[in-house]
Amino acid sequence: MTKSSLLAADARTKKRNAAESRFKAYGFAAICVAMIALVVLLLSVVTNGVTAFQQTYITLDVVLDEDRLDKEGNRERADMAKVTTIGYAPLLRDALLTKIAELGIETELSERDVGDMISKEASATIRNKVLANTELVGETVSLDVLASGRIDGYFKGRVTMQSAARDANTSPEALELAQALADEGVIVTQFNWRFLSAPDASDQRPEAAGLGVAILGSLYMMAVVLCLALPIGVASSIYLEEFAPKNRWTDIIEVNISNLAAVPSIVYGILGLAIFINFMEFNQSSPLVGGLVLTLMTLPTIIISTRAALKSVPPSIRDAALGVGASKMQSVFHHVLPLAAPGILTGTIIGLAQALGETAPLLLIGMVAFVREYPAAFSSDAGLFGEAATALPVQVYNWTQRSDPAFVERASGAIITLLVFLLFMNALAIYLRRRFERRW
Amino acid sequence: MLSLSFLLVIVAALAVAGYFIAKSRALKVADGDIRSLVSLPSQHALNTALATIVPPMAALLIVSLYRRLSGNADFDLTLIILLLAITGFAFSLIGIKVETRARTLAERWILGLLIFASTIAIMTTVGIVFSMLFETANFFQQYGWRDFFFSTTWSPNFRGNSDLGIIPLLWGTLYISFIALAFAVPVGLFAAIYLSEYASLRMRSVAKPAIEILAGIPTIVYGLFALVTVGPFLRDYFASPMGIGQSASSVMTAGLVMGIMLIPFVSSLSDDIINAVPQAMRDGSLGLGATKSETIRQVVIPAALPGIVGAVLLAASRAIGETMIVVLGAGAAARLSLNPFEAMTTVTVKIVSQLTGDTDFASPETLVAFALGLTLFVITLGLNVFALYIVRKYREQYE
Repeated sequence: MTKSSLLAADARTKKRNAAESRFKAYGFAAICVAMIALVVLLLSVVTNGVTAFQQTYITLDVVLDEDRLDKEGNRERADMAKVTTIGYAPLLRDALLTKIAELGIETELSERDVGDMISKEASATIRNKVLANTELVGETVSLDVLASGRIDGYFKGRVTMQSAARDANTSPEALELAQALADEGVIVTQFNWRFLSAPDASDQRPEAAGLGVAILGSLYMMAVVLCLALPIGVASSIYLEEFAPKNRWTDIIEVNISNLAAVPSIVYGILGLAIFINFMEFNQSSPLVGGLVLTLMTLPTIIISTRAALKSVPPSIRDAALGVGASKMQSVFHHVLPLAAPGILTGTIIGLAQALGETAPLLLIGMVAFVREYPAAFSSDAGLFGEAATALPVQVYNWTQRSDPAFVERASGAIITLLVFLLFMNALAIYLRRRFERRW
Repeated sequence: MLSLSFLLVIVAALAVAGYFIAKSRALKVADGDIRSLVSLPSQHALNTALATIVPPMAALLIVSLYRRLSGNADFDLTLIILLLAITGFAFSLIGIKVETRARTLAERWILGLLIFASTIAIMTTVGIVFSMLFETANFFQQYGWRDFFFSTTWSPNFRGNSDLGIIPLLWGTLYISFIALAFAVPVGLFAAIYLSEYASLRMRSVAKPAIEILAGIPTIVYGLFALVTVGPFLRDYFASPMGIGQSASSVMTAGLVMGIMLIPFVSSLSDDIINAVPQAMRDGSLGLGATKSETIRQVVIPAALPGIVGAVLLAASRAIGETMIVVLGAGAAARLSLNPFEAMTTVTVKIVSQLTGDTDFASPETLVAFALGLTLFVITLGLNVFALYIVRKYREQYE
């Protein structure tokens, strides 16, 4: 038999203590894994996407040649509209060539390749500008025009000399020229407001793609969700919490709501497709249908949090109201509901945040369509929120399906925008809870 | 015929007018002495407004539903709505007398609205089930159910003669979910144990919200993370050097990223459950000389086990129904393989791919999505019901 001592731990105690610290270390490691995952996730999105908020522009003095833009010479908008976007491209190219000659930069690039350094979107922009103000024709205007996606990528480190050599859309010479122009201050990088306001652009013009339509579509849908889910959710919670008799029917409703909260979101998309689009014949990809689907999806969340908020109001409040002659309905609407409002609001905001990030159901109701026009809130033939739109998360999905790697940057930038919205909503929810929540 | 929105404006205007007319009428009936009235003028006003607006709205809902179902448009909706609005308006105004209990009448309308709101949840479920049942029935008329459930090939072909076997899709779904759970359950569970048993208050107040941020991040973000970061990383550092895969989208990519997404589900549910285990049980074990980890392993976890199983089942149902991560991370090829670095596909990916783009609701290639959706719904519903049953049963044990 071994001697045991209080001062020196025996082998078995050592083993048990080692097991103890091992176990604790596992727990700590698990927390670290979760934290690292969070940090890596956010870092990867931010590093990929933060450049989307910067955009490369070329400063040009464009001669708006009357012979080319207004052949009739009468400054009539209808006549000038005959000159298509393609007609404006040479103006920009000439302006850039003049600039290069002025600065005395040598280049082996053909005129055409120099013209390709300017985004195709730029000629559309300048055309709209001229058509909006026909007096500009004949003058020389100084403009910042979008550089092409590859040039933009070069200044963001995405395109290198090596990759350009293998690229049919650009060449190392073009990049050298761009670098020379940047040294002279002709090519500049600015904050990219267009990213937040412009509509989506086609596959070949990643530099022009923006989130405007997607943000607007998401806002419309959130408006629909707020206007439907909040009243319906609050009304049904009030009934279930305050009025419903305890019977089979209300039991079914309760079990049903907790199950609905866990139904996969894509199933709601199938529901929306079958009921709202095929059966009720609402417009595909309209914010109305998207909003309805998201409403049904967020209802359980709102109901669950509203019921918790109603439950936390002490019964003495109700009893006092009933005692001075209020009806049950009055006690609820005049006293219980206002006291539960902060909790309800918090739950609603969290539900909205959830709805804002939801993608899968929206794919099924056709919100993946390429939308270039800002949807109107109301139009006479499409009704309220009936025009085709897209949504922030769906725009992200759309951009991941494009071949040009520049869209990865755009998609990550869109996610940053989405996360900023979510952060704001959650912060608001936390603030409201801290500020107004009452403990009884 | 009047346009619908114009009609609704008329009804709303009538209701507002009714509100003010009823108010003044109630005062007139009382000869200016409110005290003689049984109900306040505002109660009369509310009753009139509700009586004007609620029946036409109900009629609108019922009639448009009936029209859609029967394809019968003989009803003059305008007439019905106007008639109902005017009837409600007139009757409630005539009914204003000194002894009318307007509060009770108004509240009856409100209660009706509340009950209607609470049935929307039921209608959603019914809508989900029926929308999928009908189309699934259509699908099985064109395509044998045996082939659907037991065929091991999935190769839809829009010219017909498709093989639409669910087995490769289910395999991909279960394989990815398994990897996700194999990652999320240990991490989530250990994180919960550490947070509830070991962590200082300060650490808990930092780590718990941080982990819960993971739950608030939309799944499209995880999907992009899988596509842009995790997929290429796994391919370049694991799959390619080991010669077992060349694809960035793989079961492993989707599984790992989904595992990250599930950590907060497992950890916050387990945390609640571990905290619900009575302190007396821990004290008893510690008093007998057990170390903290021995107490956790032999007392706390066994006591919390049913709840933890419930949490894992909920996480599993979440994993099976997850869409965006697998759409972007798992690939589109239906394959029955054991290699986790190969691209496979899932039920949800195929629902998306069969229902986006050009769809023809008469062909089995489109309709199969509804059968897949119904299968998914049944599986997740079963898991949820079972998990909620376990969790609920366990909670009652210690309360």
